[in-house]
Amino acid sequence: MPLKTRYELNLGMATREAFGRALVELGRENPNIMAVDADLSKSTFTHLFAKEFPERFVSCGIAEANMVGVAAGLASHGKIPFAASFSCFLLNKAFEQLRVTVAYPGLNVKIVGTHSGISIGEDGPSQMSVEEISLACSLPGFVVLAPADEVATRALVRAAAEHVGPVFIRTGRPRVPVIYSPDQRFEIGKAIELVEGSDVTIMANGLMVAEAIRAAEALDAEGISVRVLDLHTVKPLDREAIRKAAEETGAIVVAEEHLVDSGTGVRVAQAVAEMHPCVMEFVGIQNTYAESGPPEALLEKYGLTAPHIAAAARKALARKRGR
Amino acid sequence: MQTARSLEELQALAKQIRRHIIEMTGAAKSGHPGGSLSSVEILVTLFFGGVLRHDPKRPDWPERDRFILSKGHGAPALYAVLAECGYEAAPRELLKTLRKLGSPYQGHPDKRFLPVLEASTGSLGQGLSLAMGMGFAARLNGNPSRTYVLLGDGEIQEGQIWEAAMFGAYHKIDNVTAIVDYNKMQLDGFIKDVMELEPLVPKWQAFGWHVLEVDGHSFPALQAAFTLAREVRGRPTVIIAHTVKGKGVSFMENNPKFHGVAPTPEEVELALKELA
Ligand SMILES: Cc1ncc(C[n+]2csc(CCOP(=O)(O)OP(=O)(O)O)c2C)c(N)n1
Ligand SMILES: [Mg+2]
Repeated sequence: MPLKTRYELNLGMATREAFGRALVELGRENPNIMAVDADLSKSTFTHLFAKEFPERFVSCGIAEANMVGVAAGLASHGKIPFAASFSCFLLNKAFEQLRVTVAYPGLNVKIVGTHSGISIGEDGPSQMSVEEISLACSLPGFVVLAPADEVATRALVRAAAEHVGPVFIRTGRPRVPVIYSPDQRFEIGKAIELVEGSDVTIMANGLMVAEAIRAAEALDAEGISVRVLDLHTVKPLDREAIRKAAEETGAIVVAEEHLVDSGTGVRVAQAVAEMHPCVMEFVGIQNTYAESGPPEALLEKYGLTAPHIAAAARKALARKRGR
Repeated sequence: MQTARSLEELQALAKQIRRHIIEMTGAAKSGHPGGSLSSVEILVTLFFGGVLRHDPKRPDWPERDRFILSKGHGAPALYAVLAECGYEAAPRELLKTLRKLGSPYQGHPDKRFLPVLEASTGSLGQGLSLAMGMGFAARLNGNPSRTYVLLGDGEIQEGQIWEAAMFGAYHKIDNVTAIVDYNKMQLDGFIKDVMELEPLVPKWQAFGWHVLEVDGHSFPALQAAFTLAREVRGRPTVIIAHTVKGKGVSFMENNPKFHGVAPTPEEVELALKELA
C-alpha cells in the first residue's frame, strides 16, 4: 500500500528568516508591535523590521538580561515586544528575568529564539541551544511554540502576537523543507496530523518534522503504517491528539532536536502516563554537548535523522507486539 | 619558559598568525576573521613578547600564567598562536581543520577538544568573572600565576562584566589583567550605533581599576602596559587597546561584513598577497 504523502519537502527558507519577515507584516498592521534586539539583528532577521520601523526597534547591545527586562517594561505600556536573540543566550542568560519580570506577572512579551538545536553547525556548543524547551516550558503561563517550516512560522508568529500573554518561539538557523501549503491553518495548542497511520505514531517538532515524514515513508515501504503529528505547540500540549495516538496506535515515538531527557518527549510521556499508558521511544540528543561540524553531519552523528527515527519506531512496534 | 622575542620576530609572527587566520577561516568557510585580526598583536605580545609565563613543553605547570579568551569567537587567532608556540595539543598542520568535525580547533574554544585551553568560551561576558576566581585562588595559594583575559568591546556591554569589575576592585585582585580589544565594532555594526561605551576610561576608573590606554597594534606600547600592570598593587588593571577590526587586510579593515563572514577563495588569495 503506497503511502499517499503529498510532501515534496523542497527546501524553503530558514524559520528564523520566516520570523523576521512575519514580524514586518505584523508591524504594518499593528503599531504596537516592536522588535527588541541584542546585537544579533542580522542573524535573527529583525534587521528587516528595523529598516522599516526604526522608531519601533530597540537596540540593547550585547545584554540579554537587560533586553528581556526592557521588553517587559514595553509590554507594561501596552506594546507587543518581540525580543529576539540566539535561543541559548535568551533562555540561559535571561532566564531569571523571564521568570520573575515576565512570567510571574504574566506580561505580554514574545521571546523568539533563533539558532536553536545543533543544526547551527560550525559555531559549536556554546551557541547551540538544546535545553530551551525545558526552560521555557518550566515557566508557568508561557506558551511554547516550535514551528517546522516557513509556513508554520509565519502563522505561529501571528498567533503569538494575537495571544495575550508570554510566548516563546523556537526557530532555527538552516533552511528547512517546506511541509505546509500556504493556506494551512494553525492554532496554538492544536497538533497537526501530517500522515495518517495506525501502527505507531511519530510526534515531532521543528526540523525533526521533515525527518519524521521521511521516516514514515521508509517505514511504509516496510508495511508499517505510521501516523505523524506535528507538535508545533509544546505548551500547552494537544492532550487530545496525544490520547488518541496512544489509544489508536499504541506506540509513540517523540523526535526532537533537544536534550532527550528534558524536552518535548518527557512532556508527552507525562501526558501519556496520565491518560493512556503505551509503549514509547525517544529520539533526541543524549546527555552531552555536541561539537562543531556541518549541520547534516551533526544531525547524523547525534542521532537525529530519519533512519534513527525509523529505528526507534521499529523498536516501539516490536515492544508493542511483545517481541 | 618563553623569553621575549625581538621586535622584528614579533612582527614576523604577527604576519604569520594573520596568514593562518585567513587560511583557517577561508578553509572553514565560516568563522570570525575581523575580531581575530584585531587581536593579533595583543596575543603575540602575551605569548611571545615576554608577558605570559608559560611553557609549551609543560602545559600543566601549576605556576603558569593563565590566558582566557573571553571573546571566544576570536578563536582562530588563539589557535594559530598556540600552534606557533609549539603546544603539542595544537598541531600547526591541523589549523585548517578549523570548525570541522572532530577538530581540536572547534568553532569556539572548547577544552574538551583542546585541553591546553584555560577556558571554554563563546557566550560573551563570562571570562572576567572566571579570571577573578583564578586570581583570588592564586593569591590564596601563594601561587605567582597571573591571569590575563581578553574582552571584546561589544562584549563588555554584558552586565556580568561590571559585576566582575566591582569584585576585582573590592577584593584587590591585582594579579589579573584584562585587555579590551577596542575595535569600535560589534556584530551588527559600529559600537556607537548599537550601544555606546564611551566614556570608557572613566567607567573602569569609577569601578576602581587601574586603566591604561594603548595602541593595540604597537608591540612596545603593549609590552610597556603589561609591565606597568604587573607592578600595580591593590587593584586590577585593564588595558584599553585601541585596535582596528580586520587589521592587516585592507578590504577587511573596519568592514562590518567581516565580523562573522569568512573570506571567499578569491579574498583569501588577495589577503595572503597583502600579508606576504
Ligand atoms: C552572550 C552572547 N550574546 C551574543 C553573542 C553573539 N555574538 C558573537 S560575536 C558578537 C559581537 C561581539 O563583538 P565584540 O565583543 O566587539 O567582538 P569583536 O569586535 O572583537 O569581534 C555577538 C553579538 C554571543 N556570542 N554571546
Ligand atoms: Mg569589537
